[in-house]
Amino acid sequence: MSIEQRFYVSSPPHIKTHQDAKYLMRQVIIALFPPTVAGLIFFGWHALIVLVLSIISSIFWEKIVMYIKKENRELDGSEIVTGLLLGLNLSPLVPWWIPIVGTFVAIVLTKELFGGLGFNIFNPALIARAFLLASWPMEMTTWMAPFNGISRATPLTLLKLNGISTPYLTLFLGNRGGCIGETSVLALLIGAGYLFYKGIIDWRTPIPYVITVGLLSLAFGRDPIFNMMAGGLILGAFFMATDYTTTPITKLGRTVFGIGCGIITSLIRFYGGYPEGVSYSILFMNALTPLIDRWTIPKPFGYKKGGEKV
Amino acid sequence: MRFFKALTNGLWKENPILVLMIGLCPTLAVSSAAINGVYMGLAATFVLAGSNFIISLIRKWVPDQIRIPIFITIIATFVTIVDMAMHAYAPDMYRILGIFIPLIVVNCIILGRAEAFAYKNGVIESIGDGLGMGLGFTLILLILGSIRELLGNGTLFGIQVMPLTYKPVLLMILPPGAFLTIGFLQAFQRYKGGASK
Repeated sequence: MSIEQRFYVSSPPHIKTHQDAKYLMRQVIIALFPPTVAGLIFFGWHALIVLVLSIISSIFWEKIVMYIKKENRELDGSEIVTGLLLGLNLSPLVPWWIPIVGTFVAIVLTKELFGGLGFNIFNPALIARAFLLASWPMEMTTWMAPFNGISRATPLTLLKLNGISTPYLTLFLGNRGGCIGETSVLALLIGAGYLFYKGIIDWRTPIPYVITVGLLSLAFGRDPIFNMMAGGLILGAFFMATDYTTTPITKLGRTVFGIGCGIITSLIRFYGGYPEGVSYSILFMNALTPLIDRWTIPKPFGYKKGGEKV
Repeated sequence: MRFFKALTNGLWKENPILVLMIGLCPTLAVSSAAINGVYMGLAATFVLAGSNFIISLIRKWVPDQIRIPIFITIIATFVTIVDMAMHAYAPDMYRILGIFIPLIVVNCIILGRAEAFAYKNGVIESIGDGLGMGLGFTLILLILGSIRELLGNGTLFGIQVMPLTYKPVLLMILPPGAFLTIGFLQAFQRYKGGASK
């Protein structure tokens, strides 16, 4: 008997886990539960309609693409995550067709046309948000005050245009205007904590991201705690900048990614035309991800720098 | 026969925009409405056919070292004709297209075809190539302009097509809309197998 027949010869890795795309997506959906509930409490049925439409329409677009491509596979849950994230990134007062167009851009244009899950260059939910914001600026920036349905600006807009600051406790609990899922820092941190506990996300991207924004706020003479809690920073840092497909693989690369996002976010907030820059900063760094990966290839054990054998 | 081969080549198989990827600057800039695209494309087609014709006629006497200045002079002559004719007979369109008409002089489709085709081929094929490339350019500008105008403004050739309740996709008439649409057109062209491998 030859050695191949007696032993199972294969290349590493040799240890396999039960973690597949479906499992990961389920964990992310569980982690998004607290911010979703917070959004529903603050914005009521407005938020419910937006979220339900986002999720249903993204499943619908995924099914359409599968039908056209004649793919016979199970849904892996990624379209639910994309739909939910897009819904959490919208104002509760958007018209009914905004989530439907948004999920079309996210699922069909950004994900499936580039080859499906794992091949997209940009975060689908963020591309959809950028597309919607550029196309319908009026509809996308009509915010709502919690509980009563009256329109009200977000804390960052209030600060930029009117110079009004928002108390820390309001920001932390989420009793403020903004996207459905971005308001409550507390709920987002609970969800992020769950993902850390399960080992789904790496601290190397979100923590440097938030700290960079804090330090730059300090350096530019702004309120660091306000800037770390306001806007979509927590949502973006923990749930969007940790996406597996569109962020670097290497450990050092993830930190570079986080710091880069922090710098761009701060620059847009302090000097840009928009009050908020989290989504654009993550998209910009998504584009740089292949480069970052190439620059930060770690040195394998027993090799000199540059891949040369010792 | 060779004339038609050269003509159809530029329309689809070696389309200047989708396959050769030259002349993208005016394409992205003027394609925000269908009618702009048609005018721009026809102006470029005239220049292309004319300059290809003259260059292929004189190609035996052009010294190799100074061929580019000679090509540019010939192209500029035709562009000046188009520029003045448009100024006189289509002043509204002249105002919209503005700087992009004089800039046809440095449009890489025209110099590219002069260098790559007309300098090496006979008169008949060169006219065919010029017309084909020009009409291919016009075709893409027309498709691109129609898609962008329809989605971004709700109109087609200035006529309201979409219902009045339609909220235009502003992005489509902004520069990203041009890049997005041209990317999908190129992907479609590859998908249909028209690309030279």
